[in-house]
Parts: sequence; structure tokens; C-alpha cells
Amino acid sequence: MIKSFGWDSVEFLLFATRWTLLLSAMTFVLGGIFGLIFALLRVLGPRPVQLLIAGYTQLIQATPLLILVFIAFYGLSFLGLYFPPLIAAAISLSMYTTAFLGDIWRGCIESIPRQQWEAADALAMTLPQKLRYVILPQALRISLGPTVGFMVQIVKNTSVTALIGFVELTRAGQLLNNMTFQPFAVFMTVAAIYFTICYPLSFISQRLKGSRHVGLAH
Amino acid sequence: MAYEMQFGPIIAHAPDLLQGAISTLSLSAQSIAIGVSIGLCCAVARTEEPRLLGKMVATYVEVFRNTPLLVQLFLIYFGLPLIGLRLTADTSAVFAISLNLGAYSTEIIRAGLIAIPKTQVEAGLALGMSRLQVVRHIVLIPALRVIYPALTGQLTLTLLGTSIASAISATELTSAGSKIESANFRSLETFLTIAAIYIALTLAFRFVYWLIGLWLFRRKRPPKPSLIADIPAAGVAA
Amino acid sequence: MSALRISNIQKFFGPVQVLNDVSLDVEPSEVVAVIGRSGSGKSTMLRCINGLERIQKGSIEVAGHTITPSSGDLRALRKDVGIVFQSYNLFPHLTVEENIMLAPVVVKRMRREEAREIAADVLGRVGLSEKKDAYADELSGGQQQRVAIARSLAMRPKVMLFDEVTSALDPELTGEVLKTMEELAKAGMTMILVTHEMGFARQVANRTVFMHHGRIWEQGPSAEMFTAPKTPELRNFIASSLK
Repeated sequence: MIKSFGWDSVEFLLFATRWTLLLSAMTFVLGGIFGLIFALLRVLGPRPVQLLIAGYTQLIQATPLLILVFIAFYGLSFLGLYFPPLIAAAISLSMYTTAFLGDIWRGCIESIPRQQWEAADALAMTLPQKLRYVILPQALRISLGPTVGFMVQIVKNTSVTALIGFVELTRAGQLLNNMTFQPFAVFMTVAAIYFTICYPLSFISQRLKGSRHVGLAH
Repeated sequence: MAYEMQFGPIIAHAPDLLQGAISTLSLSAQSIAIGVSIGLCCAVARTEEPRLLGKMVATYVEVFRNTPLLVQLFLIYFGLPLIGLRLTADTSAVFAISLNLGAYSTEIIRAGLIAIPKTQVEAGLALGMSRLQVVRHIVLIPALRVIYPALTGQLTLTLLGTSIASAISATELTSAGSKIESANFRSLETFLTIAAIYIALTLAFRFVYWLIGLWLFRRKRPPKPSLIADIPAAGVAA
Repeated sequence: MSALRISNIQKFFGPVQVLNDVSLDVEPSEVVAVIGRSGSGKSTMLRCINGLERIQKGSIEVAGHTITPSSGDLRALRKDVGIVFQSYNLFPHLTVEENIMLAPVVVKRMRREEAREIAADVLGRVGLSEKKDAYADELSGGQQQRVAIARSLAMRPKVMLFDEVTSALDPELTGEVLKTMEELAKAGMTMILVTHEMGFARQVANRTVFMHHGRIWEQGPSAEMFTAPKTPELRNFIASSLK
């Protein structure tokens, strides 16, 4: 029985959007926390740790996100654990985000000139004090643009979890398409919803960056 | 409880994996060629006038950068038939990935063009060169040098992004992997192997980009070390 | 038959008038120095001569080419009129030799060997033959500027324009550039130079033109202009420049 595409279809999509937003938030928080830790360890840690984190980052950045998601969902049965789609998605997306955000933030920290560190040293500050009062505030300001830009990627990345059956916006679109056979209407609406979430973030990111400079992460 | 990973069954499918890898390379190459061309045209259109064309390009760029690749793929594969354009899965994949890459390339290339001081262009014009000659001989290589890390990073993401095409069963590596996985249920080993192949492909591409960079930005004599750092910044997956 | 004839040109940047009814005749092999305060319109006038700025009224005839507000084959004109900029503008990704060879090969469709010979010739004239394989960032400012001059000379221009070419240089380096320009003048090149170097203008230029508020305020033989300025504005200008 073919359903028609009407307001309740849109409602269905909007309901699924909540899951998109939830997953995005979880990813950003988890990925952010670990990303920050990794960034700091990469800049300040002992050499073996630096190499480990660099290795992790390079490996993740050389793997498709979808494969990471598949490994997390399908592949961890050897632990005797079957993660429900939401958890598998959150884990894999967070690992991916950690690698990228960690790299962005590492770059921001490293861009603070040596002289700032030296000035803080000269004032006899401890490492935590240096970070808290001198380095991180400056790094934070620089990182705002790229970070907000990457948030756009985080939201878009949630779409691949549709392929492990997690019912976020894109999967809802697939389901709706199978019910209504109106792919154009369905996926244009899906696209419009994503756009509504992402474009403001992109815009803010451009503004924060002073717009001209273009990185990959918006 | 102890789960022994067995890669044997996976290795047995080596020909399929190889085929998948080749298909992925082919898909990537086509998409990169088309996508970067789109980016080049649009970037030039955006920096020159007329304003209407520039606005159209800007719209295209914002739409494709703020919606997921997967949705773009679905729209092209499932949606276009409604207006009479029925593309195969493989063609749809090239289409979608090219358009996606085109949007990102436009902005990256535009940044490169803007980075060249107007005075360089004036110097070229003053010597009697046409605008086209100025772009080819004076602007192109320095601009490329400025954007090289960002551009090659984006191309790497494009290579990895081809995995999304498995959603419509296009011919590429992830689809091949899924087939193998459903044949022997060894999910972990299969996808770890697939991941390893992608990583190998990525490293190979990065090496090639580095080589190309050496050639493009070569100096007759080597007086100073190159200023190029080809570490991609951060990126787009979908 | 003058090498350059500017007739009653006017130039606006938006609502601001930068050139107000400017006329100038330059004879072949004449060297004309243009002096004046910033904003007097001297650089703009120079840039109008080779079409980098468009005029709104009047006409410019130079080296057999004509520019009007609505017409003018700029590419053809630019093959016969060379310009050297304050910021040298060498192409950073090409060697000195390649910088010089580029336009002859690409614009005049010359064979590379022929272009190479010309490059060697002009590079010799500016005294930098040994630097032909160097890149711009390996050269001093003065050397870069001399390469820029050579680059323009390679096109065998009939008229050479110089836009404050020593202003961006450290004082020790201006000497070598001025020497090159003096040799060019002696060899008979028609030159128009916008400059702050009063001493150079006095010595090398046949005629000096003083611009003020977008007009040619006073002009005459260089020696007279500096020793016996007729207008108070020129007197003030010379006085303030000597400080």
C-alpha cells in the first residue's frame, strides 16, 4: 500500500532528526573530550605517546568513516558484545571525530608562537597555569572557526549510520521512500533539513575564520 | 569465548578484493577529474563577473557542502529517474561524488586565486599577455602551491568517500567487502582487511601527491628547502 | 612625430577626480621626470599610458597606438610600451632568465633559443648576467628591480615607463638601479619616470613635469625647474623634499 507524501511524512522525518542531533551532540562531546586530550598529549607528551597519537590520527584519517562504523557494528562480536546501532555509531563516529578535532586543535596550539610559552615561563608559571591562562585561551580563539566548521561534518557524518540501520534522518528518508515511492520529495526534504542545520553553522564558521581562508573543515 | 580471527577465508577472496580496489581507484579517478574541473571553472566564474553567475556558483557550493554525500547520492540515483534520467549505480556514484568534490574544490581553488597579489597579474598584463596567458603562466603554479595541502587532502577524502557508494551497490571496494562478509560472516576480519586496503591506497596516493608536488614546484637548482607541508588539515567524510 | 602624446585626459576613481585635463607631449629619446606629492596623480597618469587604468575623457597616442575612453588595443600597445613597477613584481616561481623569456615566448611567439639570446643581452645590459639561474627570493631588492627592467627591455619597447622604481629600496641599493636607468637614457630610450629622486631627475631627465592636484602645474628643462621654480607650489614641494 503506497502511502502518500504529506505532512505526517515530514513529521516522521523531523522526529528522526532528533536522533541525528542527539548522535551529533554525543559525537561532539566524546570526540571533543578525547580530541583535546590527544591534542595536548601530542604537543606536550613524551615522544612515544606523541608517535602513538600521530599513528592513530593518520590511520583513522586514512580509513573511510563507513568502514569504521561497520567494524564497530558488525565486527566486535568477538567481544561477545553486540552494540546496538546507536552505541556502535557513537563509538565509531567519536573515534573519527577525535582524530580530526584532535588534529585541528593540535594545529591551533602549535600555531601559538614560541614566545608566548617563553613569556609564561619567565613569569614562573607551572604547566597547567601556562595552559589555562596563556596558551589555551589563545588557541581557543583560533580554533573556533575550524571547530564550528567541523561540527558541520559531524552532522553530515551521522548520515552514514543509516547503512547500519540506525534510524536517523537519512535512514528515515530511505524508509519513507520505500513507503511512498516519492524519492524526489522525500530526499529533497531530507536535504533541506540537513541544510537548515548545517548552513547556519557553516556561516558562523566562515565569519569566525575571517571568511577568506579555506580549509577542508569548512 | 576466545575468538580467533581467521583471515584465511578473506584472503581466499583476494581477486574480488583486488577488483574492488581497482574499481574504487577508477571511481575516484573519474570523480576527481570531473570534480576538479568543475571546481576550476566555478572558481574562475566566481572571481570574475558577472554577478549572477557568481551567485549561482555560490548557491551550488553551499548546497553541496551543507548536505551529506549519501543524500546527494540517493537523490541522483532514486530521484532523477522521476524526470526520465535513469542512471546506473556506477554512473550515479561518479555524478554525485564529482558534484560534491566540485563544490569543495571551488572554494579551495578560489582561495588559491585570491592569494595571488593583483600586482603579479598587472605585471603580466603590462608585458602584453592576455588574461588567459596570465592565468596559465603566472597565476596557476603559485596558486596551486598555496592550496596544495588542502587540495590533496580533499582528494584523499574523495577516495575514502567512494565507500558511500556501496549504499547503492556501486562497483567499488566496500561493496565487494560487504559481499564477502555476507558469504562467510567473518565481519571483523573482512572489514579490517578492507580498512587496510583503503589505508594502503591512501598512503600510495599521498606518496604520488608528494611526488607530483616535487615536480610541479621544482626549482632548477635546490637552494632552499621546499615550503610545502603536505599534511592534510581536517576533513569531510560524507 | 612625438613618441607620446597625452591629450586632455580626465580620470575619475568613482566621484573623485584624479586627473584633470592633463596634456603632455614627449619626443623620441626624450627623458621626462614626473614629480609631485602623493595623490597628485602622477602614478595614475603613468598607468593610464599603458592602459592599466582607463581614462574617462581625452586620448593617448603612444608608439603609434591610440587609447580613448572606449577603444584601444591594449595588448598591441603593451608590446611597445614597457613599465617597471615600484614593487618589481618578479614571478617567484621562475628563474631570472625564465622571467625575462616568458613574454617574448608567449606574447611574441618567439623561439626559445631566440628569446634566450635576448635575455642574455638585456641581462648583460643591466649587469646581472651571472644571476640568470637565480630565483627572485635569492636577489636583493636592487637586483630584483634591475631584472624587472631587463624583463621589460626584452620586449624591445619604444617607450619605457618607471613608476617610483626606487621608492621601495634601501638607500644603498638605489644607486645601482639609477645607474642602469641612466645608461638606458644615454642609449636613447624614450623614458617617463615618476620619481622622488630629485637629484636623478635633475641630472638625467631632459624635462621635468611637476604635477599637483591632478594637473600639470609646471614643466620645463630640468635644470631650470629646480633652480628657478616659477610657482609657489613647486617651490614648496622642492623645499619640503630637500628636508
